[in-house]
Formats: sequence, structure tokens, C-alpha cells
Amino acid sequence: MFGKLTLSAIPYDVPILVGTFIGAAIAGLAVVGLITYYGKWGYLWREWLTSVDHKRIGVMYIVVALVALFRGFADAIMMRSQLALAYAGNPGYLPPHHYDQIFSAHGTIMIFFMAMAFMQGLMNIVVPLQIGARDVAFPFVNTLSFWMTTISFLLVNISLFIGEFSQCGWLAYPPLSEQQFSPGVGVDYYIWAVQLSGVGTLLTGVNFFATIVKMRAPGMTYMRMPVFTWTIFCTTVLIMVAFPILTVAMGLLGLDRYLGMHFFTNDGGGNQMLYLSVIWGWGHPEVYILVLPAFGAFSEITQTFSRKPLFGYKTMVYATASIMVLSLVVWVHHFFTMGAGPNVNAFFGIMTMIIAVPTGVKIFNWLFTMYKGRIEFHATMYWVIGFMITFSIGGMTGVMLAIPASDFVLHNSLFVIAHFHNVIIGGVYFGYVAAMNFWFPKSFGFKLNEAWGKRAFWCWFIGFYVAFMPLYVVGFEGMTRRMNHYDNPEWHPWLLIAEAGAVLIACGIVCQLTQLYVSIRDRNLAENRDLTGDPWNARTLEWSTSSPPPFYNFAILPEVHELDAFAHDKEAGIDTRRAGGDYQPIHMPKNTACGFLIGAFSFVLGFGAIWYIWWLAAVGLIGVIATVIARSADNDVDYYVPVSEVARIEQEHTHNLMAAQAAE
Amino acid sequence: MKKKILPRLTKLMSLSSAALLAGCTWDTLDPKGVVGAQEKSLILTSTYAMLLVVIPVCILTLLFAWQYRQSNTSAEYLPKWSHSNKIEVIIWAIPSLIILFLAVLTYQTCHSLDPYKPLEAEANVKPIHVDVVALDWKWLFIYPDEGIATVNQMAMPVNTPVDFRITSDSVMNSFFIPQLGTMIYAMAGMQTQLHLIANEAGDFQGESSNFSGKGFSDMRFRALAMPADQYSAWVEKVKASSEQLDSASYPKLAAPSEANPVEYFSHVDAGLFDAIVAKYNDGMVMDKSTGKMLHVQQSAMSDMNMKE
Repeated sequence: MFGKLTLSAIPYDVPILVGTFIGAAIAGLAVVGLITYYGKWGYLWREWLTSVDHKRIGVMYIVVALVALFRGFADAIMMRSQLALAYAGNPGYLPPHHYDQIFSAHGTIMIFFMAMAFMQGLMNIVVPLQIGARDVAFPFVNTLSFWMTTISFLLVNISLFIGEFSQCGWLAYPPLSEQQFSPGVGVDYYIWAVQLSGVGTLLTGVNFFATIVKMRAPGMTYMRMPVFTWTIFCTTVLIMVAFPILTVAMGLLGLDRYLGMHFFTNDGGGNQMLYLSVIWGWGHPEVYILVLPAFGAFSEITQTFSRKPLFGYKTMVYATASIMVLSLVVWVHHFFTMGAGPNVNAFFGIMTMIIAVPTGVKIFNWLFTMYKGRIEFHATMYWVIGFMITFSIGGMTGVMLAIPASDFVLHNSLFVIAHFHNVIIGGVYFGYVAAMNFWFPKSFGFKLNEAWGKRAFWCWFIGFYVAFMPLYVVGFEGMTRRMNHYDNPEWHPWLLIAEAGAVLIACGIVCQLTQLYVSIRDRNLAENRDLTGDPWNARTLEWSTSSPPPFYNFAILPEVHELDAFAHDKEAGIDTRRAGGDYQPIHMPKNTACGFLIGAFSFVLGFGAIWYIWWLAAVGLIGVIATVIARSADNDVDYYVPVSEVARIEQEHTHNLMAAQAAE
Repeated sequence: MKKKILPRLTKLMSLSSAALLAGCTWDTLDPKGVVGAQEKSLILTSTYAMLLVVIPVCILTLLFAWQYRQSNTSAEYLPKWSHSNKIEVIIWAIPSLIILFLAVLTYQTCHSLDPYKPLEAEANVKPIHVDVVALDWKWLFIYPDEGIATVNQMAMPVNTPVDFRITSDSVMNSFFIPQLGTMIYAMAGMQTQLHLIANEAGDFQGESSNFSGKGFSDMRFRALAMPADQYSAWVEKVKASSEQLDSASYPKLAAPSEANPVEYFSHVDAGLFDAIVAKYNDGMVMDKSTGKMLHVQQSAMSDMNMKE
């Protein structure tokens, strides 16, 4: 009846998990209680959970990403504490069974549910506005993508309290992840969470590719597209190419585990290196899927706060596109030590380091964007400058790893950990946080507090160096990743320093939460409100509409004659923001619960399959199919916003705008 | 804000250079064999080449940010300037040249440091052969020429190349002695090769550098490099052990164990290594010298399979 699920799957004997459960339960009940108390369930359901508005979906993605950051960081600081303690005979406080789940969950959560969700949130909020569109190409698919990601994250977190998570690292290399060596449900949780969220991400890729190709404002040729949109464009191409590979990798591993097949097993003709090749065929493009949008955000921010256009726009576009192509032909550098021939290794090593050329060019472009500008040291610029320095160092250590003969002694050591945190924190995370600070007023109509933003930056920046530079050192000292305890006295002091760095980063996260709290508290102060829609005197179209934008984004679709259309209009004295003009009824999609329902049924399917509760899995699968059919048969999916409604909303915005302009 | 950055950066740089100087105690930067020594010099050369551009970029970032800050109204401000062919050429050329240099270096070292390439040694020095099997969670070393085997400890004479054949009888691991250089994966059903040499006597840490499950952290061994006469004495010591490794005792050894102590086996079945590789390949094993697939003896096979 309940498959593998028995009461013994509940880890009530692990105090850390019981404490976590109590904490999560109290927090969950508090949220539910508050929503009930204020009677907001209806509002939440109608305006958010079933919304197809890309701006709302974007915000929900980022909420999920911040929750994932919190969970992923809790894992991180537990690992650092374990390694600070577990020295010279002391086993630490996390036995391998628990510790191995933590590092596997940390990587999985940070990549799939923190970074990917954050990135998709940003692209949702920004891209349609930036290209002058009213929504994405497939609004229903957009809400479906969001729910697939969210329920997958829920699956990972359920594994804390029911059963266990994978203990095989974030990429679950076979044969360790095969039934023979990992008979528990941990790997199944991993497979289903990654597989279901992968569906969401792939759909996002298709959706935004179609949006950018088909829905740009009149006159916005490809070479007039803002750089952020360009980076998202390249990212969606990479998603469409790479995520199916991930689906295949997870699918084959699943067939091995569920049906006893032999794709990656030791015996029966299986080959574990096939899995490595396939998973990294996705895995390496994935890091560029994450970092390209960050590059785009840095470009927008640098040009805005340097008060001049981006240096070398064309170079930037070509550099982005060449990174996109090159990122697909480097995956073997993740397993140089498998014993391939010198020519194979040399090819993939050299392809990898060639990526450093366009990336280096980008850094120079940002440098020369600042050159002869008038740089305003807004909090977002701190993240940019911190990024440029940190990422240069991370790029350098990346090239060291790209040289096969160097990798022969650095592979799988903490040097690698230090390197990819150097580029993922210093590149991806700094970029996303800068982007969040930059575009926050667009979403909510008020700015984030700057003082707390800067404090968060300093904690993260210094914390990063304190936490990860020591890992380069222990990497040189031969310390391997994923160790649970050790007895080498030379490693211990460095790991203590790294622990201190993790605490500093924790301060950074506290500062960010405080920043959100203070900003929301002070949202109605005049200096925080954004009535004009253009708080930073920025250059691209998303700033030409109000903050937050009306649900239809633009009453009249903008016409584009130049790169940086909004800056061009402002210089020419054209104010497109005043109301008036010839409004037409606006065609908009209706909200739908189908995305939520498919997500919920997918969750049931996944949970049933993980525990071998086949009737439950069947319920989930039938539910998914039935919802898809119902949705497909539903023709009542859109409506027109009447002219009077458009005129009313635009009047209100004009009123605010004129008041704000008069106040200046 | 700038005032805070600069001293912080100088502090950081002095720290890191101090760390580099102290580097002589770091395992991979303190090699005891020619492979490791070449890898160390490769790491240093490539780092210096890249610092040629990384350091100026870091300095320019801070310099430009400071020079063109909003409050510095005396600095030139070009609100329209966004293109310069001259700068474009330079910013493509500099990284390209450095990568060109590193690409040549990469190609050369991929060949010179190919782990499958036998090492050159002084005349009259014959390499020794060691077959390595990664087990849950310990290392088995088979000395086919001496007919002995050990667990979690290996020895080698100094200045003598060691030819390793490596496989796994469980999940994937990676065979690594940081102070001697190159690591190579150990994979079931496959045999990888590695050539290392110790040019100084010493007692080196050996480890698995690919996560292999719950006993992974203790899956360590000692690699002892010693003068030839001491090595012979070590072999004799192993030969004096009462334990033997054959198809009957092997399954007991191969069963999962954590923090396994050092073990010596005075005798090991010839063909044990091949049988371990072959049992995942329908009894076939690749002959190292000819590259042909051969059948291993059926009897060894059937004994091996009893473990399953």
C-alpha cells in the first residue's frame, strides 16, 4: 500500500532534523496563520499563485530562490563547521550518512533552486519589459515552468523529514548512485527533483527564446537589443540545447535504478564514464546558463551608473555568442583524469581556455565603460566592482584547471571547490544580487535600502575571500573534496579560517534580509518611492513604463530607433510616458490554475515514484494528463482590456509622474 | 568607500604573496618526484602568465572607479563615448596572446606529462610494477613480480619508475599521491595506467580523490619511498606475513570495511588483478601490450563471482 514508506523513514532520532522540522513547522504555521488572519488566501490565489503575469511569476521565482539560498547556506555552514571540528580523531557532529546528504543537497539546491530560480526570476521580470512586450510568448507555459521548479524544490526539502536525500554528490556519479551501492530513496529523490525542475527550465528556455525572437517592439532589431536581453537570448539557446541532455542522463540513471537496466552499472555492459560524459554535456553549458545573465546585468548596471553607454556593445554581443558556442565543446575538462589520450585532453583543455578570451574582453568592456564616466557609487556598483576583481581571480584559477597536466594534481581537490565558488559567488551571485537591487524598484515601486545593501556587500565580499582563499591553500595541500574528517594538522588552521568566512557570509545574508525588511518598512518615504518609473536615469525600455508597471506593461507599444531606446528618447526630449494618445483594447491572457495543478500532480507523481507507491504515482500521472487535456480544450483563455480601463490606469501614472517631475 | 578598499586590497595581496612564499610546505607544491615537479612548474608558469593580465585588470578597476567617481568633476567626462577600434584591438589581442602561449604549453605538457607514458630512468634501473585495486574503502596493492600484496601501504625504491595498473572492484575512486603528482581514476571493469617516480625517500600521504561513499574519508594509504636495500627488506617483511591472498580470502578482503589497517599478504594469486577487471567484462580483459581482448582463466572467474 505504501511501497517502501514506513514509519522508520521518519528520522525522529536525528536531533538536528527534528529541530529543523520544528523550526520549519513553526515558520510555516506562522505564515499560514498570518495569511488567514489577514484574509489574504483569495488574494494570494487569484493574484499570485494562478497568475500568468511574467512580473508576478518573476517575483515568485526570486522568493523561491531566496528560500533556497537560506536552505543551501544552512547546509554550507554545517559543512564548514563539521570540517572545523572533525580533526585528529574527533568525528565532528555529522556522521557520514548525514554529512554526505548535506553536501549533495547543498550543490543540488544552490544550482537548481537558488541560482536557476533566481535567474529565471530575473529574466521574467526584465526581458518582456526590456523588449517592449506585453507578456511572454506562452504565458500559461510560464506559470507551469514556475510550478515545476517550485514543487521540485519542495520534493528536495520533504526528503529532510521523510526518508533521506542522495549521498552521492550533486551530480550523483554512478556506479555509486546505482541501486547496488545506494539502495535507499535518496538518489530517487534527487532524480525526480532534478527531472521535474528540468522540465520547468526547458519550458522557460523555449518560452523566452520565442518571446525574444517574436515579440520585440517594432524597430528593435537584434543589434538594438539591450545586452541583458542578449545574454538571456544566448542562455535560452543553451537551455534548449543542454537541458534535454540532463533529462536523458537522469532518465537513463532512473531506468538503471527502477528497471534494472545497465547503462551505467559496473557489470552488464554498463559504462560509468558514459554518465560523466552525458551529465557534463549538460553541466558545463549550465554554468554559462547561470553566468551569462549575470554578465548582462553587470552591463546594464555599469552603463547606467557610469552615465554613459556600454563600451563596445557589438563586442559584448559577439563575446556572449562565442561563449555560448564554446561552452558546448569543453565538457571533458571535468574528467581529464580518466586516462584519455594526450590529444583528447589537449583539445578540451585548449577549447576551455579559449573561453577566457571573450570573457576577458567583457571585463575590459566594463572597465572602459567606467573609463571617462561619472560613476555613482550606488550599492549595485559595489557588487559590480567586487565582481570584476573576484571574477578575474576565479577566471585565472579556472584556466589553471583547464590545463590537463595541472588538473592532474588539482582535480577533485578543495582547489576546485574554491575555484567554482569564486566564479559562482563572485560572478553569478554578485550579479543576481546587483540585479535584484537594480530592478527591485521596477517590480515594487520603491527602492531597496542602500546602507544595508552596502553592508551586505562588504560582508559577502570579505566573507567570500576569508571563506574560500583558504580552500585554495588546502587544495594545494592535497585535501580532497567531500571529506568528512581528517587528521592532517596543516589543513586545520585553514579550515578554521574558512569557517570564520562562512560566518561573515551569514552576516551578509542577515544584512540582505534586514535590507528587505527596512526597505519594506520605509517604502512610503518620499526618497524611497519611485513615481517616475525611472529611478536611476537608466537607458532601456523597462524604465519607460511606471513602477510597478501596469499588468499590460505598455499602453502603447514603444517604437525603437536606436540602441538604448529610452536613453535616446530622453535625449531627444521625447517623453513617451505622458498619458494621451490613441489607446486600443489590449489583448491579455487570463489567469489559470492549470500550472499550479500540473505542478501539484507532478509532485504526487514524483513522491509516489520515489517511494514505489505506484497507485499514488498513477494518480499523479493521470492528474497531469487530465489537466493538460482540460487546459487544451479550454478556449476561454484570453480577454481584452477596454480602452477606458487603460486610460484610467495611464491617467493615474501621469498624475504621479507629473507630481514627481514637479518635485524635482 | 574607496579609502576602505585600497588598504584592504594591499593587505590581501601581501597576505597572498606571503602564502605563496610559505608554499614550500604545500604538498602539491612540494613535489618529491619528477612528475610532480614538472606539474608544479607548469602551475607556477601558467599562473605568472595570467597574473600579467589579472593584476593590471584589478588595479585598473579600482583606479578607474576612483578616478571617474561622480564627485571628481575635474576628471574628463565623455557621456557619448562607447567605441574605439584601438582599444578593441588591444583588449582582444592581450588575452589572445596569453591564451596562445598557454595553449602551446598545454599541448606540450599533455604529451610530456601523459600519465600513460613510461618514465625515463637512469640506465640499469628497471621499473617496478604495481597493480592497484580500489575497494570499499581501502587500497589493495599487488606486486605481480614479487607475488606479494598489501593493503593501505605501498613501497617503492627511490629513483625507480613505478608502473601502475589501476582498477576498482567497487565504485569509482581516484588514485592520488599528492607529492608525487598525477592522479588517475580507478574504475571497475577498466584498467587505467599511471607512471610515477619518487626522487627522494619519504613517507607520503596517498588518498582517494573521488568520493566513493561513507568510508571515503578514511580511504587513505601511505606511499613509502626508500633506498633499494630498504625496499628489498620491506618486500621480505611482506613475504614473511602469514596471510595469503587467493580466491578464497579475497572476497573477505573485498567486503566493505572502514579505516582498514595496513595488511601484508606473502602470496597473491597470479592473475587476481586481471580476474577483477574481467569479471565485469564477461571474463575478458585487455592485454596492455597488444591492446587485444583476452579471456582470463575460467576457474579464477568462477571463484571471483562467488563474491556477488
